[in-house]
Amino acid sequence: MARFLVKRLFSATLTLFAVSVLTFLMFFALPRDPVTGMCPKNCNPERLERVRDELGLNDPLVTQYAGYMKGIVTGRDLGSAQGGHCDAPCLGWSYVTNEAVSDTIARVLPVTLSIVIPAAVLWLLLGVGLGMVSALRRGTWLDRLAIGFSLTGASLQLYFVGAVLLLVFVYNLRLLPVPSYTSIFDNPLKWASGLVLAWISLAFLFSAIYARLSRAQMLETLSEDFVRTARAKGLAKPKVYGRHALRAAITPVVTIAGLDVGGALGGTVITETTFGIQGLGRTAVDAVRAGDLPTIMATVLIAAVFVVLANVLVDLLYAAIDPRVRLR
Amino acid sequence: MSLSPAEGVALAEIESGGGAEAPERGDVVGRSPGRLAWIRLRRDRTAMVSGGMLVFFMLLALAAPLVEMLYGIGPKEQFQSLLDGFGMPLGYAGGVSGEHWFGLEPGLGRDIFIRLIYGLRTSLFIAFAAAVITATIGVVLGTLAGYLGGWLDAVINWITDLTLAMPFLVIALALTPTLVLRFYGEREAVSPAFGVAVLIGVFAVFGWTSTARLVRGQVIALREREFVEAARASGAGLGHMLFRQLLPNIWAPILVSFSLAVPQFITSEAALSFIGVGLSDETPSFGRMIYRSLDYLQTDPAYVFFPGIAIFALVFAFNLFGDALRDALDPKSSR
Amino acid sequence: MSEVGTAPAEAEPLLRVRGLAKHFPVRTGLRGHSVVRAVDGLDFDVRPGETVGLVGESGCGKTTTGRMLVRLLEPTAGTIEFEGRDITHAGRRELRPLRQDLQIIFQDPYASLNPRHTVGRIIAMPLQVNGVAPAGGVKARVQELLEVVGLNPEHYNRYPHEFSGGQRQRIGIARALALRPKLIVADEPVSALDVSIQAQVVNLLRQLQRDLGLAFVFIAHDLAVVRHFCQRVAVMYLGKIVEIGDRADIYERPQHPYTRALLSAIPDVTRLGPGGRIRLTGDVPTPLDPPSGCRFRTRCWKAREICATEEPALVPRDGGGQATACHFPESGPVPQEDGGTAGTAVEEVSK
Repeated sequence: MARFLVKRLFSATLTLFAVSVLTFLMFFALPRDPVTGMCPKNCNPERLERVRDELGLNDPLVTQYAGYMKGIVTGRDLGSAQGGHCDAPCLGWSYVTNEAVSDTIARVLPVTLSIVIPAAVLWLLLGVGLGMVSALRRGTWLDRLAIGFSLTGASLQLYFVGAVLLLVFVYNLRLLPVPSYTSIFDNPLKWASGLVLAWISLAFLFSAIYARLSRAQMLETLSEDFVRTARAKGLAKPKVYGRHALRAAITPVVTIAGLDVGGALGGTVITETTFGIQGLGRTAVDAVRAGDLPTIMATVLIAAVFVVLANVLVDLLYAAIDPRVRLR
Repeated sequence: MSLSPAEGVALAEIESGGGAEAPERGDVVGRSPGRLAWIRLRRDRTAMVSGGMLVFFMLLALAAPLVEMLYGIGPKEQFQSLLDGFGMPLGYAGGVSGEHWFGLEPGLGRDIFIRLIYGLRTSLFIAFAAAVITATIGVVLGTLAGYLGGWLDAVINWITDLTLAMPFLVIALALTPTLVLRFYGEREAVSPAFGVAVLIGVFAVFGWTSTARLVRGQVIALREREFVEAARASGAGLGHMLFRQLLPNIWAPILVSFSLAVPQFITSEAALSFIGVGLSDETPSFGRMIYRSLDYLQTDPAYVFFPGIAIFALVFAFNLFGDALRDALDPKSSR
Repeated sequence: MSEVGTAPAEAEPLLRVRGLAKHFPVRTGLRGHSVVRAVDGLDFDVRPGETVGLVGESGCGKTTTGRMLVRLLEPTAGTIEFEGRDITHAGRRELRPLRQDLQIIFQDPYASLNPRHTVGRIIAMPLQVNGVAPAGGVKARVQELLEVVGLNPEHYNRYPHEFSGGQRQRIGIARALALRPKLIVADEPVSALDVSIQAQVVNLLRQLQRDLGLAFVFIAHDLAVVRHFCQRVAVMYLGKIVEIGDRADIYERPQHPYTRALLSAIPDVTRLGPGGRIRLTGDVPTPLDPPSGCRFRTRCWKAREICATEEPALVPRDGGGQATACHFPESGPVPQEDGGTAGTAVEEVSK
């Protein structure tokens, strides 16, 4: 187990390293001078040159990269124009927002977490529940309804659903406030009412996919010998389905869920844009538009960290749920 | 990849042999697994309906200039006279009339119906091109990784993980303008075809992973099967192993994943256009229309409605058909 | 040692195997690799037109041996010579001409035929990949082969799923025959079939062997089938040959205790009741860590100290035809009341 974990973490680190190098090359090898994007107005040549120097853009790429990575691990000293010393998870300084990138991230990360985590709970419960029910009641109207729901959901577009929800609940019925983010610690009610539309639209689309997947898995498991054996030896239905079948059927769902949640934590770009909420995703989009390199770099890296961590977690969970999976 | 000439001759002989005698001895010609799947598909009402819808959409897209001729309005014509002082279309439901079936765009006053037809053309073209390219990459990498194994498998797996770890939307968003700049510079007008090509390229780079994983798994499962060993024991080369023994046995899941990839690319194109990359306004596309329309959510909901429904209908038909195809190709899978 | 198990060597052997071994690396525990000694040093010869049976319990390494002979697996040690040429580590190109002489029939008739190919394509496959263009055309050759294995030649356009298990195995045999091989390795060719079908397929193989002068390495766990088919028999235990000899010697005068135990386990319909059945106790030891000395000693009722310290060599006894690896070989024939073992069961069905 320990050996597996070490191996897995090692390959995860390697992946992250490659992501960081790739992103670095992709953005710092831009044909456009990255500095122009960083001082939008009244940029005289001297100021440009100074910024370039402060950013270390005159150094070779390897030195720049090494400096950047060192900043993340130990922190580093930036020029006085960049707020002086930058503490340990130092992601650089943004000339566009005029703050340390780590401060920006610290501000927007809770927003994305507040969108994704409740939505994920909702979509997993709804999706897996629906899939199970329709598998157990196979062929009934309930099953057909669930299939219809999941096919429809899987074909709908987030921005379309979001737009319709906004139109109905916010603009026409005025049941909900215009979506916005409030910290859960300040005002839980306002937190929920400001984000509930985002949760619902995310959950609607994702639960469709999960309902389909878990239904198919459940049906396959139900036809397997061990379930029939369990039934034959007289175990009660709920016990069989709950303990034996669900366990086996849920394994692939866990994989997909892990990857989806990991991906979503890296920024729900579409959701945040549709509802106008400033999370990681929208920050990334804004940074790209403004050519704000340090922020782009940071958001891409954070997204990659979430995906890679989710991958590791899924592998571990897999082993916990399905005893057949041996940790190599 | 050694397909010797003799092999080609032998195949032709074997394959053509049945044709001549088939009519007299109908029972002797076997039904291939593919034929059986086709028969099952033909019996599936959902498959036939959704398949018919898809054919209709594709014909519509192919015949877009013809539709334009019959409809009498081009995608770039503006009807400013039919807009009010604020640029909103006159009349009900966004200016729906006998002339303009789905109404007019606010602001520019272009006809929504004909722009949807051309948008369908763009979206389908991009989606199909991207699906073909990603399927090809995925099949090649997946087969090689699965069949040859070893360090090649490890490397391909790692590249897959890496690709999956990159946040697709953000990278696409950042990469597209960079690429455009590299080829066109700051001021030049970007040709619509180039925008389409960049989009397809971005999809190609990020979209192949699922096919590769699927194919790899299938190939690993088949690799140790005895009929593959039989070919190896006869001295078959890599080309024969891959193209004659392995691929014919995995085209079913590849086809299903292809049919489900197309709607995904339609959706992704729209999503990219929605966050403001993707195509320029020159090229009519679903995503572009929705992106523009959301500004008019409160003032002209019909403008949001028509493209939204159109893209839903298209993706829905693809998903239905993909599901039916899966059932037909793999009768064990249940629905 | 080198002439072990060979009868008076008039003919040059077709296949000569010496010290053949296959070790599979496995990972155990937290760290460290160990090896499974699936096959651990085999010596035997096959002469042209001869049928050699390879018998033993499942897991004794007989299938691994078969796959090494046709070079589906790379041997860890030892040599395989075919018609005097060393083919142990020959590459694909060097093997090409040889592939035509050396073919394999698989155990599972359901897994051994490509479900997407017609029967014609399956049987023609060896011709295609080797670029062989038979006189009269591929189709004629395929139909001829179908006829040879007792199938309707008109069926070449059908798919494997339209045939029964026995018919499928015949298709597999036809494929193996396509290149007119000199030696066929048959890896449990009938054990996946119904008993009644088994007899038909074994009879077909026997007929082919006579008509075409084929040599066979016939791998099986069923001693009755082997007795029916093979001229010589090698008994394997834990990756080693413990006894080898002519059919009559092995079945009537087995010298190794393990052979005796195996023979006594053949269910015999003609003799009900506990008639001298030898019951082996304990499990087959793991090939990860085989017992020292004689590998059979942990289950042998005759084991003494020497068995644990010294590995018995496979030495010829009784004038050379039969060789046994045992410190305390048995002697004398197997007690038989009516002279019939289970071989008769197959023979009766086939008549």
